[in-house]
Amino acid sequence: MRLRVVGLGVRLTVLAMFAVFFIAPVVWLVLAPTKSDKALITSSPFSFGDFHHVALAWKHLDAFSSHIFRRWIGNTLFYAVSATAITLVAGVPAGYGLAIGRFPGRKLVLSLTLVVMIVPGAALVLPIFLELNAVHLIGSSLSVILPFAFFPFGVYLAYLYYATALPPSLLDAARVDGCGELQTFLRVALPLAKPIVALVFFFSFVADWNNFFLPYVVLADSNQYPITVGLWDLLSSTPSFNPAVGGGGQSVKIFKPELALATLIAVVPVAIVFLFSQRALVRGLVGGAVKE
Amino acid sequence: MLPYLPLLIVFGVAPSIYALDLAFTNVGGGWVGFHNFVRTYNDFRFLSAFRHVLVYTCVWLGALIVFVVGLALLLHGRANRVSATFRFLFYMPGALAGSAAVLVWLFMLDPSVSPGSFLLHHVLGADIFAQSIAPGNLPFIFAMIAFWTGAGGWIVVMYGALNTIPHDLEEAARIDGAGPITIALRLKLPLMRKWIAYMVILSFATGTQLFVEPQIVQTASFGLVPDTWSANQLAYQLAFRYADFNGAAAIAVDLLMIGLVGAVLIVTRSGLFRTDD
Repeated sequence: MRLRVVGLGVRLTVLAMFAVFFIAPVVWLVLAPTKSDKALITSSPFSFGDFHHVALAWKHLDAFSSHIFRRWIGNTLFYAVSATAITLVAGVPAGYGLAIGRFPGRKLVLSLTLVVMIVPGAALVLPIFLELNAVHLIGSSLSVILPFAFFPFGVYLAYLYYATALPPSLLDAARVDGCGELQTFLRVALPLAKPIVALVFFFSFVADWNNFFLPYVVLADSNQYPITVGLWDLLSSTPSFNPAVGGGGQSVKIFKPELALATLIAVVPVAIVFLFSQRALVRGLVGGAVKE
Repeated sequence: MLPYLPLLIVFGVAPSIYALDLAFTNVGGGWVGFHNFVRTYNDFRFLSAFRHVLVYTCVWLGALIVFVVGLALLLHGRANRVSATFRFLFYMPGALAGSAAVLVWLFMLDPSVSPGSFLLHHVLGADIFAQSIAPGNLPFIFAMIAFWTGAGGWIVVMYGALNTIPHDLEEAARIDGAGPITIALRLKLPLMRKWIAYMVILSFATGTQLFVEPQIVQTASFGLVPDTWSANQLAYQLAFRYADFNGAAAIAVDLLMIGLVGAVLIVTRSGLFRTDD
């Protein structure tokens, strides 16, 4: 009995230690903008400053490079939303076609989709850059949106859903009632796929929002940056971590609280998605794999 | 089907083929065989970049295997609400993937503001930021960042896998006199094997592609960290600074092959993905 109590204590201690490791940085980040750059060093790391400093940090951040921070957030939204829209329009019918259709090359398309889905995205960034460079698309917002819009995981999710959850008899019934193939899809299959549309939307949106490598490589003008690359740009203009900036930092007024606030704002949309779709997102990691 | 196929071809297949084409040709487009591969291999930065990436990947994989499996086993069998709370806490940093996570960890590694400054002092012997990101620490730091953002997701996956174990199987083992540790090692671990293999192959392929972390830390390092620390960074520098697209393509192909082999292994061997009805 005593051994069991000790065992439980050890278990909970280990779990709690890891919980601190995972959560402490997040808590620090939330509190940091409430303090001045000096107070960040002198006060306790987990103390709360006041809201006045948050407002001040935002003022400095917003003033940076004539409101470019707002632009970065706007760009990110624009890239993520338009790419996700294309992903849905292209991906859901494709998954349906792969699940229902019988056509030559179906297996090939499916296998290619799976392989590209598992190959790490970063492995394709430079090849995509080289390709876009050859057709002179570098620097256009299309060079971000179109590669983002290619989202094989979404196709696989839709395929899996239609292949397992949609009774073929339902489609036959629709056809008997005189629906053409297109109508069958639009009237029967698409409305049934609402959960999968939501799922694909979340995954695609989060992946696009967080992507750094591709926009970093294909965009040259800082006015076009998404927020991920914007954070890097901000970092390189502050003396907080980059002494090379030196006195320049004084004029841009970007210090640690501003940097922390920028990071916080950059992750809020994704954090909200995470909070509301925890379970759904986890299924993404399993790659929509065979039922657990 | 129609709108998807061009995307698959243009952004899935064509870039790979074009990179292959560039890797085997020179600026004029003439066939040069493996020349670009040999040339980049002999670049003085090539081996160190791949060594960095390899050390990082191994550290990260080790941490993933030990801690993810360990924590999942610890969570399994807890009261449901306790376990769900912990899983959520472990999982939350996943929202900060990418450059945001690196920025957070720059703060965490700066002894002047970090809540863990005593750890930085005692474990890394660092009293200022530049000491925290000393070259010898980097693979471990990058592995920690990757672990911080990604481990929670894997813990949830492993936990899910553990939940598929039939309850009576565990009960039978208990009646046979097996303690919790024996059950974990003899019964639960073998049933998680497939998922662990999936995690290892996928993470190995992802780990070798490292780019964001060193690129951002390099910006903050005052020249301490080379801008060709990882293999992908080297390829990037070849393309951008030297306009050596053929050399960049050769390294991109090296990396792509690692990713491809991993992907094909997972698709064909793991049985986790459905390719036919």
